Amino acid sequence: MNAMLNLYTRRRIINAVGLTISVLAMLFGLFWLCWILITLLDKGLPALTPVVFAQMTPPPGSSGGLLNAIAGSLIMTLVGTLIGTPIGILAGTYLAEFGQRGWMAPITRFINDVLLSAPSIVIGLFVYEVYVVRVKHFSGWAGALALSILVIPIVIRTTENMLRLVPSTLREAAAALGAPQWKVINFVTLRAARAGIITGVLLAVARISGETAPLLFTALNNQFWSSNMDQPMANLPVVIFQFAMSPYEDWQKLAWAGALLITVSVLILDILARVLFRQSATTH
Amino acid sequence: MNIESIANPKITIKDLNFYYGNFRALKDINLSIAEKMVTAFIGPSGCGKSTLLRTFNRMYQLYPKQKATGEIMLDGANILDSKQDLNMLRAKIGMVFQKPTPFPMSIYDNIAFGVKLYENLNKHDMEARVEWALRKAALWTEVKDKLKQSGTGLSGGQQQRLCIARAIAVKPQVLLLDEPTSSLDPISTAHIEKLIDELKEDFTIVIVTHNMQQAARISDYTAYMYLGDLIELGETSAVFTNPKRKETEDYITGRFG
Repeated sequence: MNAMLNLYTRRRIINAVGLTISVLAMLFGLFWLCWILITLLDKGLPALTPVVFAQMTPPPGSSGGLLNAIAGSLIMTLVGTLIGTPIGILAGTYLAEFGQRGWMAPITRFINDVLLSAPSIVIGLFVYEVYVVRVKHFSGWAGALALSILVIPIVIRTTENMLRLVPSTLREAAAALGAPQWKVINFVTLRAARAGIITGVLLAVARISGETAPLLFTALNNQFWSSNMDQPMANLPVVIFQFAMSPYEDWQKLAWAGALLITVSVLILDILARVLFRQSATTH
Repeated sequence: MNIESIANPKITIKDLNFYYGNFRALKDINLSIAEKMVTAFIGPSGCGKSTLLRTFNRMYQLYPKQKATGEIMLDGANILDSKQDLNMLRAKIGMVFQKPTPFPMSIYDNIAFGVKLYENLNKHDMEARVEWALRKAALWTEVKDKLKQSGTGLSGGQQQRLCIARAIAVKPQVLLLDEPTSSLDPISTAHIEKLIDELKEDFTIVIVTHNMQQAARISDYTAYMYLGDLIELGETSAVFTNPKRKETEDYITGRFG
């Protein structure tokens, strides 16, 4: 009896210690996150005036906003997502639904893992080398292309994982009705995994909307309004990079406003992704 | 009882062997399934009863490394023949699984999905078919006002009846039931057992069950399997009251299994 009690007390102590360490670790992580957010709100909110959304990026000393950078970011993120998503979903479907046999799938999966963890600056340099150097100028297309290369591995990974979560009995049930494989995938498994896949796409959008490195070598920047994808294009991350490093106070202010904008939009995307995913979890 | 003594066989199996990789899961099975009757496969876990059921619609072919040899004759053609069109085979042989598997779509579309694969029905005829299938599966009165709602929102027992309705909507000749009530409560189970009794007027039914009482209640023929062998096949009343083999008797009396 005594030995049993001892064992029980020991277990309770270990539990308490483990719990304390975990909570401390969580608080440590949360502390920096909150600090970043508070600084961002503190510096960004006062700078976030209506002018920011109405005027172009200014030369130092004159008033201006971020309109061209916001628009450029939106356009390139949209085009990058539109290019990357179909490729990612198709490849992810291949890996999950056809990848049981042969050598293609394991190799694709491995390369995708490498791509997923490749530094984004390498991808920027790659697009610079194969596209920008050839056409001899920076452009919005090049920026969107670099972003789409970032989107693809994320979407591949989430699509594959979400499809694997679909129980195989559902596939069997559809096949047992005599449905050919493409119909099983299109109408049953992809549909069952839809919310998860959309979540993956949203997370990919959140990821690329803050990327600076791939745009530095591709879209560069543009001081003026430009919706021409074949010209260098303004975008928030690069503007933040330039303005924050500058000695001019009004530029630094605009950089804070831009940083706050990106953070808030990424936050909204993340929350949206979570809500969607939770909804799908309750209906299945 | 041997194969010849079943008067009106719908399916006749000769020397069927089944392999998971190198593991031989079914050993020289010879068996007949009577037309428009209920045949039950019973036996302890891992005896091969589900494996046997899954050879009838070649479900195993979704997975690499599984293969079957021998003969399964249905209407004079060998199901296992590599020339057999899989989708046409599965249109003829429907299947319901252990866990309910409603598709992530409306109740109506769950039923229409299978029908659309083979028939070009106009809206009116399709509605009639959906109603027919749901009535057959004794689900119509419960769902007729919510056909546009998701099939995943139904209760477990309703979902399983939806799956049965979906299977019979394509008008198959044979219905395979793989432990269809093992994840259901007693009331839903009673519903489905009653349903099976009614369905055998139109369909040849093969059911795998863990529940010996269930086999005794609903089947006309019972096959007892053990470790990949077919030990005994006979009329259910005979198998349960006067088994020919000692192993069968041990199992049904609970001394083993």
